[in-house]
Amino acid sequence: MSAFLNALLLGAGYNAALVAIGAALLGFAAGAAGTFLFLRKRALVSDAVAHATLPGVGIAFIVMVLFGSEGRSLIGLLLGSAVTAAIGLVIVEWMARRTRLSEDAAIGAVLSVFFGIGIVLLTVIQSMSSGRQAGLESFLLGSTAGMLYQDAIIIAVGGSLTVLATFVLRRPMTLVAFDAEFAAASGYSVRQIDLATMGLVMAVTVVGLKVVGLILIVALLIIPAVTARFWTNRSENVLWIASGVGACSGYVGAAISASAPALPTGPIIVLVSAAIFVFSLFFAPARGVAAALYRHWKFQRRVHLRQGLLELARGEPIFDTFTWRTLRRAGLIRRDGVATDAGRAQAAKAARDECRWDIARKAHQDTALTGRYDGLTPIEEVFTPDEIAEFDRLIGGPRIVRPGDHQGAPA
Amino acid sequence: MINTALDLVTRDGWAVSPDNLADSPLAIRGLTVAYGEKPAVFSVDATFPAEAMSAIIGPNGAGKSTLLKAALGVIPRLSGDVTIFGAPVDAARNRIAYVPQRASVDWDFPTTVIDVVLMGLYRQVGLLGWLTKKHIETARACLGRVGMADFAHRQIGQLSGGQQQRVFLARALAQGADLYLLDEPFAGVDAATERAIVDVLKMLKAEQKALVCVHHDLATVDTYFDHVLLLNVRKIAEGPVETTFTAENLQATYGGRLATTHIEQLNLAAGAA
Repeated sequence: MSAFLNALLLGAGYNAALVAIGAALLGFAAGAAGTFLFLRKRALVSDAVAHATLPGVGIAFIVMVLFGSEGRSLIGLLLGSAVTAAIGLVIVEWMARRTRLSEDAAIGAVLSVFFGIGIVLLTVIQSMSSGRQAGLESFLLGSTAGMLYQDAIIIAVGGSLTVLATFVLRRPMTLVAFDAEFAAASGYSVRQIDLATMGLVMAVTVVGLKVVGLILIVALLIIPAVTARFWTNRSENVLWIASGVGACSGYVGAAISASAPALPTGPIIVLVSAAIFVFSLFFAPARGVAAALYRHWKFQRRVHLRQGLLELARGEPIFDTFTWRTLRRAGLIRRDGVATDAGRAQAAKAARDECRWDIARKAHQDTALTGRYDGLTPIEEVFTPDEIAEFDRLIGGPRIVRPGDHQGAPA
Repeated sequence: MINTALDLVTRDGWAVSPDNLADSPLAIRGLTVAYGEKPAVFSVDATFPAEAMSAIIGPNGAGKSTLLKAALGVIPRLSGDVTIFGAPVDAARNRIAYVPQRASVDWDFPTTVIDVVLMGLYRQVGLLGWLTKKHIETARACLGRVGMADFAHRQIGQLSGGQQQRVFLARALAQGADLYLLDEPFAGVDAATERAIVDVLKMLKAEQKALVCVHHDLATVDTYFDHVLLLNVRKIAEGPVETTFTAENLQATYGGRLATTHIEQLNLAAGAA
């Protein structure tokens, strides 16, 4: 635990601190680029891109060994992965556009074929003389163990450039995601902007290979955006919240991984972001499950309150237990079901508003206004005070029923 | 008949001459669009007049929306030429405003009313620019023109169909264009919204803008529009509503799909035979 706290506070050594900051930047970039992937509803394309990096890693290693180097240069491996990822992306796009295959079929085909090629290459490399120390399998699930200073710098620089590009392109990408036809009519090239979005996703994937690994990078792209959606109804805010969630996940995940080096980094980072996601799913005020339940309960309560008041006004007994409890809790009826003073007053008001609506439907010209009757909307929100006064005049004034009176007398 | 081609052109009352083409806000020549190997629009010529409201009408699947989208380059065209105020479309983008069909977007998208209207200003702002107070005021003014000023910060998913259509119109207003292309602006909207939209469109016409609407309601053609294009994959007729919107042309456009009784109820131009 103290090792974890140490890592969290950047006290677990220079290298671990570097890795945590790099992972946070990567998470920020993934959240930002992933937002547009999510808004464009093309989340799974990133999975194909991620899996298509593996053959590139293998080929780059083999090429570097053939040219006499050790084959462990991170930048060389990442460049190789970028090349095959781009090829995979272009194939998915081409298949979806030029053949009758749907995009998900194209994704499935590219993902599995490229991953298969990659695994074959890794197996070949294992049998090469210098292959054993390569540690290429860490690209599958990510590992920060033995990460070098240069590696962290590459991640930091790549992540920052991706964030910058995402920021510059945020408006066209939002426009294409919301309304591609309008974007095209305004002169944006939808295809180029889509390619740019995917290019950013590819950049995040390649940069994140070392830390998160190719199998789980898609989670770091998607989960922050989905999480952010629970908190806000504005795309600009989705972008910032997703970036924040991604950065948080990256930082905390890397810190945990640093304090327990046996754990693979990628899964830890993804689990941290999943924890934030689950929390948001339930407790986010804008769209969370708890908030939705609460809003529904409040609405149900309004309906029952209104129905109960109208039943009271008509002098009917109340059978519905929810209605009964609602009225009791609001102090509108007594234990024996008889209305309290407040209950009588509110029931009279409810009955009167129903009368006013009846008159409004007959007397008022604007059917758009009278059409707003739904049993709950207060009449004061629809009509002006002078209009309501006019309805009251047509009804003929309030009547007060006093105990002892057998007939209502005009007040 | 010997001079059939010439005859067709003059019968529309819309003679085609090169100078007319340059004046027209939207001129289409020989436009063909195909989905797969089936033409949705075949070799259509149309010359929409300036400072007027034009309607494109025709049955379902006649290619009305397709024509509009292909003219704008939203979908690729197989052949044909389109000019906007005499210039190629790409050179005249800043003079065009487009209102797509309401159903073409996901209304659960995380955005607010004012943000949608601001999208009409994105090109003006550019990639590196910032949205300033001036832009937001422009957007608010456009919302005001469609009677939606109080809804600026609503999430778009909470709007009624008519309100959604008004927001799209406000976004087009924000583009500050000279040519407005609208795809079924009155489809599925309430009566109050239809009135509000028509008022805005008439105001635009008074400001000497040109408007082209894909339209489906034959009963309102003669009250709303000046010029009409009857389309059913190919062009059936084109010209001023008074001379072109005839029972004969409608029958040719809709075929058996339009009952004779329905035609009789319309306030049609005197049948030009």
